[in-house]
Amino acid sequence: MTEHPHDFVVGHRQFADMESLLRRALLPVEPPKELQARLEGTLGSLVDMAAEELEAWEISAMRDPRNWARPVAAAAIGSSAAVGLVLVRTQRRRHKRRGEADNAVDLLRRTVRDLAREARRVADGVF
Amino acid sequence: MAAFAPDSTREEKARLDDAFSKLYKAHLRDVYSYSYYRVGNHHDAEDLTEQTFLQAYRHFDRAQRESDGRPLRPWLIRIAHNLAANYYRDRSRKPQTPIDEAGAISDPHTTEALVEDRDDLKRILGGVQQLPDDRREALIMRFALGMDNREIARALGRTDGATKVLLHRAIRQLEEIVKQTEGPTEP
Repeated sequence: MTEHPHDFVVGHRQFADMESLLRRALLPVEPPKELQARLEGTLGSLVDMAAEELEAWEISAMRDPRNWARPVAAAAIGSSAAVGLVLVRTQRRRHKRRGEADNAVDLLRRTVRDLAREARRVADGVF
Repeated sequence: MAAFAPDSTREEKARLDDAFSKLYKAHLRDVYSYSYYRVGNHHDAEDLTEQTFLQAYRHFDRAQRESDGRPLRPWLIRIAHNLAANYYRDRSRKPQTPIDEAGAISDPHTTEALVEDRDDLKRILGGVQQLPDDRREALIMRFALGMDNREIARALGRTDGATKVLLHRAIRQLEEIVKQTEGPTEP
C-alpha cells in the first residue's frame, strides 16, 4: 500500500486520510418525506393564516363592526392549523405510549400529557 | 379600507415569504443532517428540524436585514444548535442511540464489499460521538454539511482562526480515539 502523507497507521493497519473517512462516515441524511410534507403544511399554514392581517390591524378599526370579519377568519385559520399540528404530533407518538402504558388509565394519562406538551410546544413555536 | 396594511407592506411580506421558502428548500437537508448527527435518532431529529424552521420563520425578517447579504445557513444551523442544547438541558439527557445503529451509515453502505472499510467508518462515527460538543459539531458542519471555516465560525460564534484550530484539534483527537479503539495489533 502506497503511503499517503495524510494517512495514519494503527498497529499494522493503515487508515486512509481521516478527512476522507469523515466525509464518507458523515454522509448527509435525507429528511423523511413525511417530515417535508408536514413542515411544508405547517409553514404554509403560518403564511396563509393571514398573520399580516392581524399584525397590520389597527385597534381603531375594531370599532367598526364591518372590519371584524377578516381578523376573526384569520384567527380561526391560525387556530385550526395549530390544533392540527398538535393532533398530528400526538398521534405520531401513539405506538410509544401504548408500549409504555401499564393499562388503559395509564395510556389515557400519557395521551393527555402528550397533548398538553405538544400544545405548549406549538404555542411556543407559533407565538 | 384604511385600517389594513398598505400594498407596500403586503409586497414586502410576500417577498419575505418567498425568500424564506427558498431558504427552506435549500437547507432542509442541512438542518436535518445536523439535527440527526446531533441527537442520534430520526424521531428527535424531525422534531428539532421542525422547531428550527418554525423559529427561523419568526425571526427571518430581522435575520435578513442584519445579514448584509451574507448566506443565512450559519444562522439556521445556529438556531438548530441552540435548540439542541435546550433539548438536552430540558430533558437532562444525552443521545442514547449510537448513530450507526440508527440508520445513517447502514443504508448508504450496505453495498460496500469490504467489511473492514465499514468497520472503519463505524469506528469513526463512534469516535465523533466521544468528542467534546464543540469539536463534534464543527466536524458535523464541515463534513456532513460541507460548510467552510467562515460559515462554521458564524454558526458557532467564533473567529475564523479559532474555528480553524478547533477543526484541526477535533481531527487530531479523533485520530487518537480511533487508535485507542483499534487496540493492540500484531506486528
